[in-house]
Amino acid sequence: MADVKTISLQIEGRPIQVPEGMSILEAAKTAGVLIPHYCYHPGLPVAGVCRMCLVEVEKMPKLAPACATTAMEGQVVHVHSPKALEARKGVLEFLLINHPLDCPICDQSGECELQDYTFAEGRADSRYREPKRFNPVEDFGGDVLYVPNRCILCTRCVRFMDDVAHEPVLNVSERGDRAFIGKAEGEDLTNPWAGNVVDLCPVGALLSKDFLNKARAWELDRAPTVCTGCSQGCNAVAETRDNVVVRMRPRPNDAVNQYYLCDVGRMGYREFNRRDRADQPLVRTTAGLVISEWEVAIQSAMALMAGKRLTVLASPNLSNESLFLLARIITHVHGAGVFRVARGAAAPLPGVEDLALREERAANATAARLLGFRESTTLGAALKSGDALLVVGDGLDDMDTSEIDGASVIVYIGTALPTVLEARAAVVLPATNILEEEGTLTNLRGRVQRFLQAKAAPGVARPTWYILADLLAAVGGTGQFYLPSDVFEALAATHASFADMSYDALGMRGMPVREGAPLRSAEAAR
Amino acid sequence: MGYPHQSHPRETPILSRYFGDAEARTIDGWRARGGYDALQQALTTDPQELQALVKDSGLRGRGGAGFPTGMKWSFMKPDGKTHYLCCNADESEPGTFKDREIMRWTPHGLVEGVALAAHAIYAETAYIYIRGEFTEPLAHVTRAVEDAYAAGILGANAMGSGKRVDVHVHRGAGAYICGEETALMNSLEGRRGNPRIKPPFPAVAGLFGKPTTINNVETLATIPYIIKNGAEWYRQYGRPDNTKSIGTKLFSVCGNITRPGNYEVALGFPFKDFLYDLCGGPLAGREIKAVIPGGSSVPILTREEAEGAVMDYEGFVAAGTMLGSGGVIVFDDRQDMVRQIARLTRFYAHESCAQCSQCREGTAWITRIMERIRDGDGTTEDLDTLVSISEGMSGKTICVLSDSCATPVMSGLKKFRHEFEAKIAANRSMVTVAGALRASAA
Repeated sequence: MADVKTISLQIEGRPIQVPEGMSILEAAKTAGVLIPHYCYHPGLPVAGVCRMCLVEVEKMPKLAPACATTAMEGQVVHVHSPKALEARKGVLEFLLINHPLDCPICDQSGECELQDYTFAEGRADSRYREPKRFNPVEDFGGDVLYVPNRCILCTRCVRFMDDVAHEPVLNVSERGDRAFIGKAEGEDLTNPWAGNVVDLCPVGALLSKDFLNKARAWELDRAPTVCTGCSQGCNAVAETRDNVVVRMRPRPNDAVNQYYLCDVGRMGYREFNRRDRADQPLVRTTAGLVISEWEVAIQSAMALMAGKRLTVLASPNLSNESLFLLARIITHVHGAGVFRVARGAAAPLPGVEDLALREERAANATAARLLGFRESTTLGAALKSGDALLVVGDGLDDMDTSEIDGASVIVYIGTALPTVLEARAAVVLPATNILEEEGTLTNLRGRVQRFLQAKAAPGVARPTWYILADLLAAVGGTGQFYLPSDVFEALAATHASFADMSYDALGMRGMPVREGAPLRSAEAAR
Repeated sequence: MGYPHQSHPRETPILSRYFGDAEARTIDGWRARGGYDALQQALTTDPQELQALVKDSGLRGRGGAGFPTGMKWSFMKPDGKTHYLCCNADESEPGTFKDREIMRWTPHGLVEGVALAAHAIYAETAYIYIRGEFTEPLAHVTRAVEDAYAAGILGANAMGSGKRVDVHVHRGAGAYICGEETALMNSLEGRRGNPRIKPPFPAVAGLFGKPTTINNVETLATIPYIIKNGAEWYRQYGRPDNTKSIGTKLFSVCGNITRPGNYEVALGFPFKDFLYDLCGGPLAGREIKAVIPGGSSVPILTREEAEGAVMDYEGFVAAGTMLGSGGVIVFDDRQDMVRQIARLTRFYAHESCAQCSQCREGTAWITRIMERIRDGDGTTEDLDTLVSISEGMSGKTICVLSDSCATPVMSGLKKFRHEFEAKIAANRSMVTVAGALRASAA
């Protein structure tokens, strides 16, 4: 980038320097000025059709579309001059004449750019006296519903399917004000990345069927998280309403997922709303599993495992912090740790480099490998007869019960007690799921990324790292941890791959593990 | 030229000389009339020289914008890149039918001009994009291209010069917007015919992303005459006090006029003489009320304005309109201007490509208001709204279709406001409401 020339210009009176070739719209962003726009999206080719981003550039005869006009040395740009405001007010009126103005029943309401800009710059009334255009709602297949009456024909969805997903099933059909977004005959929006068109739509024209009528935008609480659907580690926002996750949306990060999230990641949130959660510590007595105090349960677990060889079955979705503490327990008691990874078909997004729904459907297998856990499809080989088995996070799905028969004692730490353990677990320690705790994950490229807590845990469930810290103390291991950041600092201090990292250093965009640290996933090697 | 195919003595028939002469359509007939001499001569001339010659001739684009042709060509340098020439034969401007006649009667003249221009801009491939509805011109041009290939005029060794000139004829599918140069290129590439954002201009990145020159049929058909006779010869046409408008121009005349048809006159011709002398004036017992001089996209003139106008680029601008494509539409005193303008806006609303918000929504909105006024359901506020919408649609979009729709409305409202007001005054629903209000107040 060193050879890119820097140019100076003035936007809204603010002198700024930007690299040559940048659009006025992007340049204005660097000056903290938002130029209203609809069709422009940084991840898509410029269309220049909505004409909303018209700005006044001194010495230019006509208003210039900021998205399609290159910033030039010495330009003086007025975004809010009377002429520019008048033009945008006109565009807003044109966009609204055939719009049904049905905000009260529209899912987009509250996060609608048509609403926002109309509120900021539009007319208070309408001069339109004619009948409005009407087109029926159309099911686009997949998770997408099209409401043509609300459509402003910005073509973001069309361009996404053409240029990013490389599956051009959407088009602009018809001409003039009869135009609408058409779907290729016989095709559906079933591309695994098609759900992004709903986010890209600046208005309420493309809706998620899954989210339909579930919540108003202003009722939602949002927390930045990392998708755990696969090892890509897409940055996401978990949106909750009354402590229930209702939607997962992408959070932009150029280094990982740009602006996108696949449909598997979007729909994976249901797992976090499970109603069959373990929410109290349970200890087995003659009367079966009974509710216990946390201290009692931890002590029972320690006592039961003491003196036996420890085998740990860890979930590859545990945070770096949990895996680190678990590894420390294993080292302390000379046990062994294994993990299982679910796999599925990979689905790349062709328009973005190195972005795919990965074959490896686990968020943190990379860290598990780095921290000494061994991947295995079965538990049989690792578990010796008479071993104590500590299951952390693994739901034991598709596992043959004979594999755990050899264990002399089973302690379960997780979110929901697997059926196969109902009669076998000696101690159950209820843990929070990833949206109920804070921590970090390491994606397949070794990028360490933070996630924050999005919702409250049920009952007295505790974060996995917290339970493991207690267990570590109980078995006499070293370290006292009060916060997840404490655990991460200890990880950074003891593992070369994570050297010099801290929550502050990671920020919300993450950073890669130190070079030279082995990433032993077959997929990462490709 | 008049109708049928006989030049008026005051015309200057260069392009239209062989209109009505079926023999000129054939390759032998065309050659017998001196055809392809200019191409033969040009193929062995340096393109730079041809560009300079056309620049000297003062020829300007006959498609509507009037951009100097030589200057357009001079953007094409011998840079080693693939260049393309496009011939815009998508003549769709309401009231314009001059290119159609060129293609019907002198298709070889066009092929010659296309081949010549291709050489002059360092292109080996040219495309003639013909309007979908032009079935007869398509047949003649296709035949001419085939014959020219068979005669070795086109192809790998055009006229034995060693130069390759390929000409492809492409038929459009019937969209007005495909006459816009970048929409035409999108259409040729197999995409939806949407105008592109400029810059980049076609000379930088045009057809298939390559440097492209696009010229109108009439412009290209003129080229061989200039090459053959020289720039000096061409410069004799035009009025002496205006060196910016040179040459002859075909005007298509339609509407309420005695002799509709195509007329070729030297630029600078008095419009009054043109209308009354050449075209025979209004029909018996009628008088001209309004004239659109350059295709439906230019401002309407009143009779008085038209009679004072001079027929060239600057002359029409001075009269408050534009030369445009040369499509002259004449309205006599029987015509209802509200109805006429409403019909025009409906056309634009139908043809808007739907990209830009102002055009997509504005053209349709204007049409609905215009038709409501036409049907006697208008209000005085509608007139203010029309002006405001028209202003909001002008100069803000990718191409000028939006402006073209606003233009007749704005000029119509300015010059024939009384007709709008008369319609509104006759609005019975308003009378009733106003009467009811008065009655209740009393």
